[in-house]
Amino acid sequence: MSILIIGLLLGGTYALMAMGLQLQYGVARIMNLANGEILVAAAFGTFWFFTAYQLSPFISLLIVVPLAFAVNWAIYHWLMLPLVRRAKNQGQLEVDSILATFGISFIFIGILLAVFGGDYLNYSYLARPFYILGEAYGLNRIAAFLMSAAICIGLYLWLHRTRTGLTLRAVSVSPSAAGLVSINVERASALAFALGGAVTAAGGAMLSMFLTFDASLGVLFTLKGLVIIIMGGVRDIRGAIVASFILGLAETAVAILVDPGLTLAAAYVLFLIILLVRPEGLFGRRST
Amino acid sequence: MTDKSPRTRGFLQRSMQAMRDGLVLSASDKRHLVLGTIGFALAALLPFVSDGYALSVGISVAMYAVLATSWMLFSGPTNYISLGTAAFFGIGMYVVAGGIDLLPFSALVVIAALVGGVFAAIVGLATLRIAGVYFVIFTLGMAELIRQITVWGQAKMGSQAGLYVLVGMDDSTLYWLLIALAAIVFLVGWWIGRSRLGFALRIIGNDEVVAVHSGINTARAKVVLFVISSVFASITGALVAPRYSYVEPTLAFSPFISFQVVIMALLGGVHRLWGPLVGVIPFTLMWEVINASYPRLSTLLLGVCFLLIVYFIPHGVVGLIESLRGGYRKRGGPLRDLLQNTLRSRKSNNA
Repeated sequence: MSILIIGLLLGGTYALMAMGLQLQYGVARIMNLANGEILVAAAFGTFWFFTAYQLSPFISLLIVVPLAFAVNWAIYHWLMLPLVRRAKNQGQLEVDSILATFGISFIFIGILLAVFGGDYLNYSYLARPFYILGEAYGLNRIAAFLMSAAICIGLYLWLHRTRTGLTLRAVSVSPSAAGLVSINVERASALAFALGGAVTAAGGAMLSMFLTFDASLGVLFTLKGLVIIIMGGVRDIRGAIVASFILGLAETAVAILVDPGLTLAAAYVLFLIILLVRPEGLFGRRST
Repeated sequence: MTDKSPRTRGFLQRSMQAMRDGLVLSASDKRHLVLGTIGFALAALLPFVSDGYALSVGISVAMYAVLATSWMLFSGPTNYISLGTAAFFGIGMYVVAGGIDLLPFSALVVIAALVGGVFAAIVGLATLRIAGVYFVIFTLGMAELIRQITVWGQAKMGSQAGLYVLVGMDDSTLYWLLIALAAIVFLVGWWIGRSRLGFALRIIGNDEVVAVHSGINTARAKVVLFVISSVFASITGALVAPRYSYVEPTLAFSPFISFQVVIMALLGGVHRLWGPLVGVIPFTLMWEVINASYPRLSTLLLGVCFLLIVYFIPHGVVGLIESLRGGYRKRGGPLRDLLQNTLRSRKSNNA
């Protein structure tokens, strides 16, 4: 029972990270291998605001998220756009963007190492027990889950109820067709990329409330995020949310029943199952 | 091979023919062979003329030359970027570290090659049959995955995290072993380049749809070459294990190895067999300096170097030189262009 609840709470925060990656890969067509580093940087930022200025993580969100938006917009504008323009086809762009974001991820790690050093960091916020069905759970996990759920729902409604959201969804279906109906594809992609980074950063701020971080962890989150969107489908938000919960549950089960050091193996097992059984994703349609 | 149906026999005959074709040497092939032999012979003289420091830099150069060239064998022609060299390197190292009390070193190197090869085959069979991104994602966290499993397995078996590898091997021997391995990688790469397999891979890299339509078993070609490339990485890890004498998971599966291999290969250029080597030598030397002068900033600088290469010399130094010398000559020939253009126009008609 506790596995179920902890897994769901964790999955809620993962959903945030996965939605960020979905915006970047699904709409902006950039496979961002530095996504996990954005998340870790946001976690470090939240840590820093908490220890240096006693700011609650929820208030830090108001600083970290716009900052991440600006940084990601800049990354897209100055680093990704030249690649998009130079690429002759989708495959070329994929190779170039994978290499470039791989390099960017090491720049982020380098900055974090230079500023914070290589230690594991964590802080204690809302570390009080909260009782659900007679069992105690950290209040910080529950608060992080509720905040993540609120952001996810907000983002979903924004994507489906506003005109800008519609624009992004159109680009996600087909950039060239979106261009034909006078959508500024480059601007929409930049917005999606920046927004994706901001949502991921929000996920990092929330995760920092109950996880321990060090500068090298980013690749784990990148991988988890990618496994989630492969499982759920690159353009399917509901799929990604379901997949986030599955990953959260699987990881928690492995951590509690086997060993907390094997959580990545849980992600890989899910990845392998998906690759072998349903490469098109949980709700995806098999392409012909 | 008990099955001697006409189809099998035909396949065997064709492969034999292909091998014989591969052994016919043109004048330029002979020149390359002679030049390569002279190069390796000169490189092998280093331990006689140098002190300990130059030799240890030489070992790093030789090690990365093997890793980067074998990386390029697969990722160069196919454009499938492998980010998991460290996983195979670490596997090799750990096979040696774990078995050194039980078996002789040479047997362990063979076992390391086998383990690395089997693991690569499994990864390849799972990921290379479908789109390329899955392979990239899979290799991204692979080193970390194996590291976690190793740590867990060691804890389960009650062994210590770090293992001692005490083999009486001096630096000169290690250097010669690595140079010999590099020579083998070059020979294998040269042979693949002229074989049907190499031709198939270049077509896959240019356009996978074209490759499938030309009747190439793309999955098999990719898996075979990924296995070859990974076996070399595993052997390298096994060979250098005694150099570290104390092996622990964080060292063996360090993501920086994967990163440096990719960066060096890209710096040199991945469309020529000797391309990665052109990147390995200056980069290793530069890296020695950077690591000694700015240890705190080394990761950051590594990332910056990487971006500079991706943006400003996408075809590597070799591509740069060749474009300066009158047009970057693409491999593949007119047949490929024809196929590609036909298919592309067909695709755009359908869309």
